[in-house]
Amino acid sequence: MQPRHYYMLTFSGLLTLSVGSLFLGAQALTLSGLLNDPQKLQLLLISRLPRTLATLLTGASMAVAGVIMQLLVRNRFVEPGTTGTNEAAMLGLLAVTLLAPDWPIVLQMTIAALSALAGTLGFLHLSRRLPPQQPLLIPLVGLIYAGVLMSIATFFAYQFDLIQFIGVWMSGEFSGVLAGRYELLWLAGALSVLVYFAADQFTIAGLGQGLAISLGLRYGQIVALGVATVSMVSALVIVTVGALPFVGLVVPNVVSRLMGDNLRQSLPVVAGIGGGLVLVCDMLGRVLRSPYEIPAGTIFGIVGAVVFLSLLLGRRSHA
Amino acid sequence: MIDVSHLSYVIADHQILNDITTQLPRNQITALIGPNGAGKSTLLGAIARQLTPSVGEVRIGGENLTQIDPQVLAKRMAIVAQQLHVGSRIRVADLVGFGRWPHSQGRLSAADNAAISDALKRFDLTALHHRFLDELSGGQRQRAFLAMAYTQDTDWLLLDEPLNNLDLKHARSLMAHLRQMVDHGGKSVVVVLHDLNFTLAWADHVVAMRAGQVVFSGPTTEVATSIALSDLYQTEIEVTSLNDRRFALYHR
Repeated sequence: MQPRHYYMLTFSGLLTLSVGSLFLGAQALTLSGLLNDPQKLQLLLISRLPRTLATLLTGASMAVAGVIMQLLVRNRFVEPGTTGTNEAAMLGLLAVTLLAPDWPIVLQMTIAALSALAGTLGFLHLSRRLPPQQPLLIPLVGLIYAGVLMSIATFFAYQFDLIQFIGVWMSGEFSGVLAGRYELLWLAGALSVLVYFAADQFTIAGLGQGLAISLGLRYGQIVALGVATVSMVSALVIVTVGALPFVGLVVPNVVSRLMGDNLRQSLPVVAGIGGGLVLVCDMLGRVLRSPYEIPAGTIFGIVGAVVFLSLLLGRRSHA
Repeated sequence: MIDVSHLSYVIADHQILNDITTQLPRNQITALIGPNGAGKSTLLGAIARQLTPSVGEVRIGGENLTQIDPQVLAKRMAIVAQQLHVGSRIRVADLVGFGRWPHSQGRLSAADNAAISDALKRFDLTALHHRFLDELSGGQRQRAFLAMAYTQDTDWLLLDEPLNNLDLKHARSLMAHLRQMVDHGGKSVVVVLHDLNFTLAWADHVVAMRAGQVVFSGPTTEVATSIALSDLYQTEIEVTSLNDRRFALYHR
């Protein structure tokens, strides 16, 4: 298939899902109801539309963050959830919650992003010391590193009776999204668009530092841009809806299988499938135990694990 | 001309390069030869700014390498490394297209596309252009990277053991391409070679290294003698002529 076929498929799939998501929820909403009842229109504008947008933005930007991380580390098995990025962001948030709870959300967000940045740089530093012949070592070390950061966060949260915050940050879910409470996610979306402008640079960086230098790229700048983007996106998502593990891992791997790693071609599809998959999970979460909800992050954890395992096993039978 | 002066490179207390001073002539094929661990790849890497030397400097056309803007340098010098470990799934045509990056910054013109298809043809990759790199054999992948560097269209082309994975047809065709680039395109080529017979057949200039130092250097016909080569490799090597071509006999 040509890239434009993938674009059309992704776009039409997203459109269908989004319309479905607008009309799916605890309160019934129909097209005729929308036209006749102004309250229904309010429901659409204040709850359903923001929720759908938040889901799409989160999924898309997490998938983009995942693919950037994979290219920078040159490893297929990393994403912000396995490199300490999310956990470091949580540590930052925890620090703000403890020390300066009155700060505006933008400032809290900035601290979380800076903390995520430090955590990611720490992981990059670690990963450079690992032998490249052992690709599985990198995600393993990343998981341990993330675990260490997580346990520090849990320790302080426990000491100061903030454990429930950790729970909220850890499980991504969209039931609390209303107009006025998700707009930070547009920034994550904008960052993903920014990445697209540097798509070629990231693709070349993914081919190795030596090759990037030979082609005249400023490798350090690309890495800095990538790490900064990944950290900010992760922090934004955690602050607004909570961490969504697996999105950044599964989606880039699926797309790489289908259409390769030339980001200029594949990034729109990565973002689209990321948004679409998270939306599917959120919609499932709305109907499975209706009128109660299951967090989208929980469902994605299950779906993502199955998809990822089948990818891993499928790869072996191909080789 | 590339001027290397008093270049040293130390890593973890090992002196990989020890006070190297040599010149690589313009518009010639220069072969870097010597036993394993002589520092050939490190010297090539230092010239291509892949690593930063501990002491010393490299000048290209009189300009200090570190003073040249990376984007400008990428139009003057390309390198193909020996280790071509690639994790990403990139198509051959896309990889070769990245060779035009220093010139076009990703916006390929018609001339760029023509250069890409020319490189694909030269390196016998046209039929493979839509394949992913991880679906190629070692030799095919090597040719894809060579084609990329070729498309980069630089004054200087540095190749680290480019014949490693190539069969004899493609090895000979690569050397013929290099010869043609030098003789008719005004290019200069530096190549790490292990096969002495390829060195004698194609190289104009030889830099022989051992244990991080230059043992001898000069025009191939003058310096690559039986005595010098035997000493360099600590192995009996006889340079002989047949049909006006020079051969190294060392096989038994």
